[in-house]
Amino acid sequence: MRLSKLILEPANTSAVPKTDSIDNNDWRPAASLEVIKIRATLLARIRSFFEQKGVLEVDTPALSRFGCTDPAIESFRSGYRGPHSADGLPLYLHTSPEFFMKRLLAAGCGPIYQLAHVFRNGELGGKHNPEFMMLEWYRPGMDHHALMDEIDALLAFTLDGFFDYQPARRISYRRWFLEATGLDPWSDRVSAFRQFAEQQLASVPASMDDTELDPWLDLLVTHWLEPRLADQVLFVVDYPPSQAALARIREDSVAVAERFELFLNGVELANGFHELADAGQQCQRFKNENRLREQSGQTVVDYDEHLVAALQSGLPACSGVSIGFDRLVMLAAGLSELGAAIPFPFQRV
Amino acid sequence: MATYSTNEFKGGLKIMQDGDPCSIIENEFVKPGKGQAFSRVKIRNLKTGRVIERTFKSGETVEAADVMESDMQYLYNDGEFWHFMDPETYEQIAADATAVADASKWLKEQDVCQVTLWNGVPISVITPNFVMLTVTETDPGVRGDTSGGGGKPATLETGAVVRVPLFIDVDEVVKVDTRTGEYVGRAKD
Repeated sequence: MRLSKLILEPANTSAVPKTDSIDNNDWRPAASLEVIKIRATLLARIRSFFEQKGVLEVDTPALSRFGCTDPAIESFRSGYRGPHSADGLPLYLHTSPEFFMKRLLAAGCGPIYQLAHVFRNGELGGKHNPEFMMLEWYRPGMDHHALMDEIDALLAFTLDGFFDYQPARRISYRRWFLEATGLDPWSDRVSAFRQFAEQQLASVPASMDDTELDPWLDLLVTHWLEPRLADQVLFVVDYPPSQAALARIREDSVAVAERFELFLNGVELANGFHELADAGQQCQRFKNENRLREQSGQTVVDYDEHLVAALQSGLPACSGVSIGFDRLVMLAAGLSELGAAIPFPFQRV
Repeated sequence: MATYSTNEFKGGLKIMQDGDPCSIIENEFVKPGKGQAFSRVKIRNLKTGRVIERTFKSGETVEAADVMESDMQYLYNDGEFWHFMDPETYEQIAADATAVADASKWLKEQDVCQVTLWNGVPISVITPNFVMLTVTETDPGVRGDTSGGGGKPATLETGAVVRVPLFIDVDEVVKVDTRTGEYVGRAKD
């Protein structure tokens, strides 16, 4: 398929709904026709890229009996009632197609990708929409560095003509913090991070205490490090083990999680892992996350027993990554609000 | 004590910060994909007018500020307080010099101002954008010079001093932009 060159015009910004209001009083799409065409172009290019690479497109259910245990991610809850379930079966809308895709990988499907709408409750703002599209893919036999090379290639191909994408510089999470704050997340005390935040930021949330480091790291990433990445393309690699999520842990001089994130012009665009394949560790992480949920008064979530079983049966060594597709459109079209990159953002549903 | 959670934040919401009533100007949701969510807000201190930035963890609550903005008519100054009246209820309130601040030099009896009340007490007064005031003192007008070039100081009935064109005389009524303190024109009859 030949892609015609699109003429970019500024989006009709007056049509972009304000994120601090959810007044639903306009039938029209919020994205301009130009932006809707850019979405189509990027989707077609992504599919063409993976076809050339021999990566299989899959699609998996959005509804699952299991939810996301990560305390920082809330699933939408739904339910089924009807034949075979007179009492009703609780169901979650997926927050990522990851678990189904890993079950496919464990079944021997080889490299796969998916373009999926995913759902996260409570996330609405200039860079967030509760329903968004995720590009997720898995590469058996690749470590996270080989996958980062492929991300560079995919983005250069996909953004051609929209954004001059150059392969991203890679920096370890540790060095990133050391260079920006002088602090080492692996050895400095929580109080040192608090002190830095109190001195450098306009304000720090009153309810943050010294019991946990991660909220302070998140505060500094969002309020100090990310804002310094304007006009940069950067992979941040090897996260603190407390932020491993679903990445495997590597024992270097210090333990690091083989997780990475891609920041493009200060926007968090991709998150990837050298995937954890150990069923026992996976089960432990699910339980730990539910314990954290219990401690903070959040609802405990049914964790995915099928994923644990799939890992027990054997997940091939692989890396996987997800890219926020709507944010990619936003960057390609030069928009500053995510709502202008989505035909019908939350304010119009 | 009424409170708001971060989920209720939006432009115009009145909250207490550092003991002062404030108004939210802008609210931004900030969250790493797999991390803590924050509300980053710009707020205006309604007593000082100063704009500051504040970050809250999502789910935190803040005390609500009992703030009301109402249109009130300026009645008179008794030497210490400026008295205003609600044109609908005829209720009168007295604002002190801190609340009236710079607005005092534009306050003319009968003019309708926006008075901000916190717990029923006035904390700020905003005069209309344009006011009509009589010149009480200025150098004699230069007849025939309507160019407006140069200009001269003129004292108005409220005590404010503005630059006016040379042709303006004592007892003339001039229109002034209270936001800039600049002469706009002569009052049309």
